[in-house]
Amino acid sequence: MASNTHSLRSALGKVRGLGSAKEGTHHWWLQRLTALALLPLTIWFVASLIGLSGFGHEGFVSWFGQPVNATIMILFIAMAFHHAQLGMQVVIEDYVSHHGRRMALIILVKFACYGLAVLSVVSILKIALGA
Amino acid sequence: MATPNRPLSPHLQVYRLPLTALMSITHRFTGIALTFGTLLLAWWVTAAAYGTTEYAQVQSFLGSWLGLLLLFGFSFALFFHLCNGLRHLFWDIGRYFELEETRRADIFVLIGAAALTAVTWVMVL
Repeated sequence: MASNTHSLRSALGKVRGLGSAKEGTHHWWLQRLTALALLPLTIWFVASLIGLSGFGHEGFVSWFGQPVNATIMILFIAMAFHHAQLGMQVVIEDYVSHHGRRMALIILVKFACYGLAVLSVVSILKIALGA
Repeated sequence: MATPNRPLSPHLQVYRLPLTALMSITHRFTGIALTFGTLLLAWWVTAAAYGTTEYAQVQSFLGSWLGLLLLFGFSFALFFHLCNGLRHLFWDIGRYFELEETRRADIFVLIGAAALTAVTWVMVL
């Protein structure tokens, strides 16, 4: 690493490894973490859908009225929307070159994902708490 | 640029994408589709929280041919993204980068996604 004597980056900056975006591998790591969580959660979610398909509103209420099912569903919702907005950000950054449009789209997608996530969680909570 | 006569690199229009490249762009497409699919998920759980009538409306839409078509597309996109995502996680830990392994993984992912979709719909219908 002798060539590093000519680097303009400080030793501290190199050790921290946060790069120009100042967040290092944070985005990449969260994308993988949520992906890992979603592997079993998605299988559970699809299995729930299959189980609920024959039954109407009553079936939904009794399934998500159970605390464990409500918990897993809320985890699925949280991970899915978090994963979606992280992925959409990357896609938008890759293909939308106009700065203003890119920023506007990213903000729109993030706000929409957070809004829909909270709406879905509140809905499951309402049923889980029998309100 | 002052070098108009330079040979161009293979362009998307004349370059036949290998299967792995097609799988890669499909991963993105399914990711985008699934993000829009979350609207359906949010609508479904919100309707359930509002009550029986609202839930019945969602059920009847999902039971229509358009609803079933959306659900079928949603399920395949979900399973493709799941299977191919698993392959990405293996890549992330440095496994299966060899050309032959990559080709084999392409086939596994496609068969896995198709099989999971088929099993799901056999159990539903």
